[in-house]
Formats: sequence, C-alpha cells, structure tokens
Amino acid sequence: MFKKLMTVAAGVVLAGGLAACGSDGDGGSGGSGGAGGSGGSDEITMGFAQVGAESGWRTANTKSIQASAEEAGIDLKFSDAQQKQENQIKAIRSYIQQKVDVIAFSPVVETGWDTVLAEAKRAKIPVILTDRSVDSDDTSLYKTFLGSDFVLEGEKAGQWLVDNAKTSDTNGDGAIKVVELQGTTGAAPAIDRKTGFEDKIAADDTIEIAASQTGDFTRDGGKKVMESFLKSQQDIDVVYAHNDDMGLGAIEAIEAAGKKPGVDIKIITVDAVKDGMTALSEGKINFIVECNPLLGPQLMELAKKVVAGEEVPERVVTEETVFDQEQAKAVLADRQY
Amino acid sequence: MRSLTRHTLFWPLLALALLLVVNVIATPSFFSIRIQDGHLYGSLIDILRNGAPTLLIALGMTLVIATRGIDLSVGAIVAIAGAVTCTYLAGSPDEGSVSRAIVAMSLAVGVCVLLGLWNGFLIAVLGIQPIIATLVLMTAGRGLAMLITDGQIITVNNALFKKVGAGFVLGLPVAILIAMAVFAVTAVLTRRTALGMLIESVGINPEASRLAGVRARTITWTVYVFVAFCAGIAGVMIASNTSAADANNAGLFIELDAILAVVIGGTSLAGGRFSLTGTLIGAMFIQTLATTIPTIGIPSETNYLFKAVVVILVCLLQSPKARAALSVRRQSPLLTKGSAA
Repeated sequence: MFKKLMTVAAGVVLAGGLAACGSDGDGGSGGSGGAGGSGGSDEITMGFAQVGAESGWRTANTKSIQASAEEAGIDLKFSDAQQKQENQIKAIRSYIQQKVDVIAFSPVVETGWDTVLAEAKRAKIPVILTDRSVDSDDTSLYKTFLGSDFVLEGEKAGQWLVDNAKTSDTNGDGAIKVVELQGTTGAAPAIDRKTGFEDKIAADDTIEIAASQTGDFTRDGGKKVMESFLKSQQDIDVVYAHNDDMGLGAIEAIEAAGKKPGVDIKIITVDAVKDGMTALSEGKINFIVECNPLLGPQLMELAKKVVAGEEVPERVVTEETVFDQEQAKAVLADRQY
Repeated sequence: MRSLTRHTLFWPLLALALLLVVNVIATPSFFSIRIQDGHLYGSLIDILRNGAPTLLIALGMTLVIATRGIDLSVGAIVAIAGAVTCTYLAGSPDEGSVSRAIVAMSLAVGVCVLLGLWNGFLIAVLGIQPIIATLVLMTAGRGLAMLITDGQIITVNNALFKKVGAGFVLGLPVAILIAMAVFAVTAVLTRRTALGMLIESVGINPEASRLAGVRARTITWTVYVFVAFCAGIAGVMIASNTSAADANNAGLFIELDAILAVVIGGTSLAGGRFSLTGTLIGAMFIQTLATTIPTIGIPSETNYLFKAVVVILVCLLQSPKARAALSVRRQSPLLTKGSAA
C-alpha cells in the first residue's frame, strides 16, 4: 500500500517537473512562432532574457523594458528565467534561432556565458548586457553593458554626508559617528557601495564609521542590527544603509529607542523604492541615492544604435539621480515602483 | 557539584550565561534596562522580543523531534503567514481597523494549520519520511508566499497588527508574552497529562506504541499541525515586527535555528525524549548569539563562522564523551550519564 502510494506521489512530483519543463518549451516555441513575421520589415526585433521577478525593483525593471520597447516600436520577445542560468541560456539560443536583431539580458550569474555568447557572435547578433555584468576575458562577446555603477552610488552617499557634515553632527560633539548597514556579504552592490562611501568620507576627519554589520538587504535584518547598534554604540549621528529596506528597518529601531529618525539620527540609503521615498518625504530619511530600474528607454536607444552599426561605449551607466526630502515630496506621487 | 553538572540543563544554561558575560564585557551597559515611552527598553528585552518567533517554532519542533520526525517547512510557513496577513490587510478597504487585523491574522494561522494537516497527512498517513515530506513544502511554500504577495514587499499600516510583533503590554513585549503563553499551555498539556509520554513512546517505537493502544498516527499527525500552528503565529509576529511581508526573506533558515535550539536544549534527534525548558534556553541562546554579533562587532564576513564555532563548542560541552576526553581528571565514561546532544 505504502509503496504504491509512494509511487503515485513520486509520479505526481515528476509530472509537476515535466510540466514545468513543458511550459518553458512552450514559451520558446510561442516566441519562434511570432518571429516569422519580423524578418521582412524594418522593425527591430529584440530578444530579452530577464532574471526573474524576485523583487519590486526587478518588476519595475521588466515593466520599463516592455513599455519603452512598445514606445520605440521595437518588437520585444521577452522571457523570464526564474533565476536559473540554464533557462536564460535556452532563451538566448532560441533568440539566435529566431534570428532576432539584438539580444539583451541581465545575467543571473557572472560566469559561464562564453559558449552561448560566442554562438550569438557567430550568428552576427549583437548582445547588450543590462543591470548585471558577466565575467569573461573576451569583451568582444557583447557590445555594451548598461547598468548602475554601485561604487558611484556609494560615492554619492558619502559626498552628501561630507557636504552636510555640519548639520549631520546631531549631538554636536564635533565627531560624526556613522553606523553602516551592509547588504548581503559578498554581493557586488554591498561591496561597491561600501567602497564608494568610504572613499568619499575619507576627505573629512570628523566622519568615522563606528560599526558596520550586514543586514542582508532586509527590513528585519536592518531593524535587528540597528537595535544592537543603538545599545552598543554611544552617540550615533548617522545611519548609512545599503538599501531602502534596511533603512526602513532602522527607522523602526530608532523610533522604538525614543529617538526621531531623520532628526536625532540622520539616515542615508540607496535605491529609492516607493516605501523609501515615502519615508524620505515624511522626513524620516534624509537622503536617498537612486538605483534606477527604469533603464528601458536607454536600452532601446542603445539597441537602435547597435543594430544600425553605430559605435557605442563599452559601459553605459544608467541615468540615476539623488533625492533629498523636498525632491522626494515632488516626485512621490508618480513614483512607479 | 557532580549532580549539578549532570543535570541536562546545566550545560545549555552555562553556555547562555557565558555568552551574556561576553556581551557585558564588550558593552558594560548590556544589562541595563530603562523605561522608554512606557515600556521596558534594553538589550535583554530585544533578545526576548526577537527570540519569540524562534522560541515558538522550536516548541513545536521539540514535539516533532520527540516523535523522531523533523519539519523543514516552518520557514516557508512563516513566509506564507506573513504574506497572507499583509496581503489581506492591504487589500481590505479599512486597512487600519481592529476587526480586519483579527480576521487577517486568524486567516493566516488557519492557512498554516491547513499546511500542517498536509505535512501530517504525508507523514502519518502516507508514511513518507518526514525530511522528504516537509522538504516539499519548504521549497514550494516560499514560492506560494511569493505568489500571494506578487513578489513584492507588502507594507501595511495597522496598529493592532503592529502590536503583535513590535508592541508592549504592561511594559513587556507582546511577542514574548504570546510565546510564553504557548509554552505554558504546551508544558501543561504534555507534562500534566499523559500526552508527553505518549509522544515519547511514539518516538521510541511507533509500531510498539500502536500495538500497546497508543494512537500513533493521530499523535504524529497532531504534532505536525501543532508546529505549523506555532510557525503561523511566528510568521505573523515576524511580519508584524516590520509591518511588512517579505516573502523572499521572512523566516529564511529559521527551521535550522529552531532545530538547533531544540538540540542545544538537550532533546535528542533520535526521538523519544524531550525537554521544553531546554528548548526555551536553547532558543534564548540562539537569539543572544545573534545579538552578540553586532554588539561585540564581529565583521560581517566572519559572522557565520563565529556562530558555527560557538555552536560547535556548545555541542562539545554537552557531549559527555567530549567532556571526558577534554577533562584532565578523566572519569570513567560510565559515570557521566547525562548523554545529551
């Protein structure tokens, strides 16, 4: 009896797995059906392999690409890799078979792309990387990399603190004590945002990072680490969080300690997602460096240039800005993500 | 002295005390507690409040482990509970109302009980090994939570909901009061009735228990429902702490923390024996360890290593064999009976 049931259970699991594979295949063949029409016209066809839909940031990124493709009159073939490299490679191969004009993708991981990118190169299809880069010695495999410069983001945050050093010394003891909430240990944004920030604040002797600990890019992590910092560190002036979520967690911890976030302790974060911008407009955060997911328009422009055979720079930084409290109030209403 | 060290709770308590001493040395004000906005405020209060979800799940896990089972899906259930609560609240017309919060939280715990029924069904009725059966939900559950929240972090604004994880009653954190209430009820049910002994007997030999007239299947099924119920409450607490449901990260790896708390508390993974008080101490130890890392300033890169080293030391302390090998005046192994870990 048990054995029979086990077999059934295993069968169900297997069937589930097959169904999942099947749906991937469907996605591919559905795409190729559509590709037939694109051959003759002047319309550019772009194949885009997205990482997945793991965060609000990524969803906004996807929407931006889809909307701006339509606006630019580019025929977009979109696939979602569900955070798996093999799915992404499959999608890219199917784009090569469909003979799209340009391929764009955000690599799930940094390595292992040489073979499939060489295939694209042989088929003379240009490749654009977005948001994340690949680790390959052969830079001729892709035309350009469009994405944020995380070091620059850290530098912007550090620069603001140096520029506002006077008002940031909230307790007026002459020293500006910063605690840092790092992103996931080892992640590129965490490493780069830390480096950029440290480089800039080195210019001012009064600013020192008193404590730095990972909050794993989450609100819960940010809150717990901040709770400990508030007890183990005296006279904290500034919190620098590598993303909005950890900053939002820190706000809760600061409020629970009976202090006013944004006034008693200044807060600087990176990202500018809607919840963060709301807190900024309410005065609980002092400064946010944007990490822009809306790179669709820039991507379409690059794609047109690449297809037309024009030269494009090897590295294009996403257009990103910074927000203080007044600017946040102005743009909050039409923030998309 | 010998009888003291032989007590099963001696070593976990010693480890907890040592950890607290390390914190006090690093931050002399570690034990200081003051009144802030009408509630108690201090590192120890943080440990109690943040440790409540782990304690709850570890309580349920203790009973599961006592039946020689394991539940890996609790982390995913935590994510689902948070997702259900916040999605329901965010979607309702009056987000801040008391009644909505009660409905949302009950709904979340109800869903979790259903998931527990599912786990229990796979294990008790179909006879699938617990580690495999709960692995299904561990992987699928987080996906389910993502489906509910649409992959977004859902932020809500509801005073009552916020109280569960971040609020205070009579100066004490609500979260730890809830966890202690569940602890008390569990302790009474298992230690003042025969239930505890029946659970242990199932853990020792389910077949023999059945032949002796114990409803082994029902008991096994019940403990999985109970752990899912605990995980549901913990999930509501974790979401409440930040007033947001983060399907990707809520309760991530909490199953391992809970299992560790149970083991540190002296409950054997081989089943047939459990200590609820031990689990309480174990859960507090885990949370104190988590708080120690930022307090004494362990660098991010090495904090997992630090955690691992401390845990290994505690396990070695608990192992009579290791203690005997380490002690200079070596006793006969037969004399040291407390075979914990």
